[in-house]
Amino acid sequence: MLSIKNLHASIGDKEILKGINLEVKAGEIHAIMGPNGAGKSTLASIIAGNENYEVTEGEISLDGEDLSELAPEERAHKGVFLSFQYPVEIPGVSVTNFMRTAINETRKANGLEEMPAKDMLKVIREKSELLEIDRKFLSRSLNEGFSGGEKKRNEIFQMAMLEPKLAILDETDSGLDIDALRIVANGVNKLKSDKNAIVVITHYQRLLDYIVPDFVHVLYNGKIVKSGGKELAHELEEKGYDWIKQEQEA
Amino acid sequence: MELKEKLLSSFMAFEERIDVHSELHDVRTAAIKNFEDKGFPTKKDEAWKYTSLNAILKNDFTVFPKEENAVEFNHVKKYFLHEIDTYKVVFIDGVFSSHLSSTTHEGIDVCLMSSALTKPKYKMIIDTYFNQIASKDESLTSLNTAFANEGAYINIPKSKVADKPIEIMYFSTGNEVALMVQPRNLVIVGENSHVQIIERHQSLNENPVLTNSVTEIFAQKRAIVDYYKIQNDTLEANLIDNTYVSQQKESHVSVHTFSFGGNLTRNNLNFYHFGERLTSTLNGITIIGEKQHVDHYTLVKHSAPNCESFQDYKGIYADRSTGVFNGKVYVEKDAQKTNAFQKSNNILLSDKATINAKPQLEIFADDVKCSHGCTVGQLDETAMFYMQQRGIPKKEAKALLMYAFSNAVIENIKIPELKKRITTIIANKLGVKLGFDL
Repeated sequence: MLSIKNLHASIGDKEILKGINLEVKAGEIHAIMGPNGAGKSTLASIIAGNENYEVTEGEISLDGEDLSELAPEERAHKGVFLSFQYPVEIPGVSVTNFMRTAINETRKANGLEEMPAKDMLKVIREKSELLEIDRKFLSRSLNEGFSGGEKKRNEIFQMAMLEPKLAILDETDSGLDIDALRIVANGVNKLKSDKNAIVVITHYQRLLDYIVPDFVHVLYNGKIVKSGGKELAHELEEKGYDWIKQEQEA
Repeated sequence: MELKEKLLSSFMAFEERIDVHSELHDVRTAAIKNFEDKGFPTKKDEAWKYTSLNAILKNDFTVFPKEENAVEFNHVKKYFLHEIDTYKVVFIDGVFSSHLSSTTHEGIDVCLMSSALTKPKYKMIIDTYFNQIASKDESLTSLNTAFANEGAYINIPKSKVADKPIEIMYFSTGNEVALMVQPRNLVIVGENSHVQIIERHQSLNENPVLTNSVTEIFAQKRAIVDYYKIQNDTLEANLIDNTYVSQQKESHVSVHTFSFGGNLTRNNLNFYHFGERLTSTLNGITIIGEKQHVDHYTLVKHSAPNCESFQDYKGIYADRSTGVFNGKVYVEKDAQKTNAFQKSNNILLSDKATINAKPQLEIFADDVKCSHGCTVGQLDETAMFYMQQRGIPKKEAKALLMYAFSNAVIENIKIPELKKRITTIIANKLGVKLGFDL
């Protein structure tokens, strides 16, 4: 599904990613862990097409199709979803209207008719129940005045609505209390199938107790320095990132 | 002949044509004298530093259209708030159109300035209010006063709620090569009364128009006035809007200015306070492009204690468009416990667009809360990326962001159908169809 080969990227003169290789297959969950400033969010952003970063070398493809020349919305239309660490507030545009626009633009790009309002409401109802979201919440302005937890839950609600092929969850656990974390993780697990894939970016192992990864990668200083199974997350939790740093610098 | 000369020589002929009583004659004579002395403002005047009328004044404007023009309702229906019932005072090339209007004298007066100025039964009111708050010093206001003859006259007596909004509409047909019109409106809202008014100037073809309009609004004790100005005219239309508001104690007056169209638009908006615990609200949304120019020149004069004023102006400028926000808040010595807030937020969508923002606070009282904030920026890139990431293309994402940016002002529109209309105009202006009504 997702294939990243020798990816180098920089912002201004600063090189942030220094040769990333990553293969994610349909049906898999990958976790990317690492200390602050390792390049985790940059990687997520670049996969989603953020034009602030310059890809200087390497390639990213989705189902064999090169993504590098595609705008963020074109990547979204092909099934890339990024749950933001800091979702943006859009005053005056309700969650429902935002989703309606996002879904219909995606359908249009894929040669489909607009979704009839009745069907839209039905899907909205189903997915909001999945994430235990109050209906009233959906008529509020997108992310405006939402608590940190509400914002994150709203991100996963949008993921549920858009049904992406590849979902990247960037620090989705930050700002969530334990109940919200469980709800969000449950939602993600229910959305998981053998046709899609999930990349979880996190600093802590906590979320991985709920969304159990098939593979764990450690990103340090712009490179993946270690990969393993879910037990690697536990090891990191125990030993801390200093262990990785020391290993790298040794 | 230069426009100034033309106007001066037209003045005598004009006064002969209309029936005026002597007090009014004196007012007009003084006004034309002031205009003669001062002439049209130029960029040398501090108040007109960023707005030049030169290019516009070169047109050979007709001051009095030769014939009366008719317009079919169906052709202009879209400019009205036709979804709801409203009173309508409609003018075509400066002449009242009874056919398109829906006036009333039942309980409230919604009718014509020309009647009010000439009929004996209105004389006392005219003597009390006409030209009382309008500047006698500012040359364009004087020019309007000299020629003041037609416009909307609205008088809501004590303790009345106008049962439906009032639309004041000025159409220009473009049958003249270039037309200058000078509407004069008078709005008097009695104690405890409430009225909602929508004013719009609209050209129906591409010939140049210059409108020099004066509106006087008097809000008595505890009166509530919501006034909406829709400026979405053609690229050949120029508007100088001079609005003067006089407020008595505990009144609430809000003026909302939506500037989306026109070639050159200048809004002179002045609030004067004559009582305590009153509130003035000045809101504006400006979205322009090409070579359009919009200048908001506001004044709030706090003269009494415990009053509040709120100004919130949002501006979005594309292409080579230019904007001006000059907001002056003046707090006199006696106006203790004043709360005066002023905000001007601007987004420039191109390198060639400019905004000149100039807040001015002059405070002579020592126990007041006053603030102002001006921002100039670009669209938030992170927000753009966020929306694009959800599959919303750049153009639509931009439109949503601009809408979000203006939202605080849109939320303040108290007539739901008007709110919808404004958001539709914005969506059209931005060239997007979002699959839902903004």
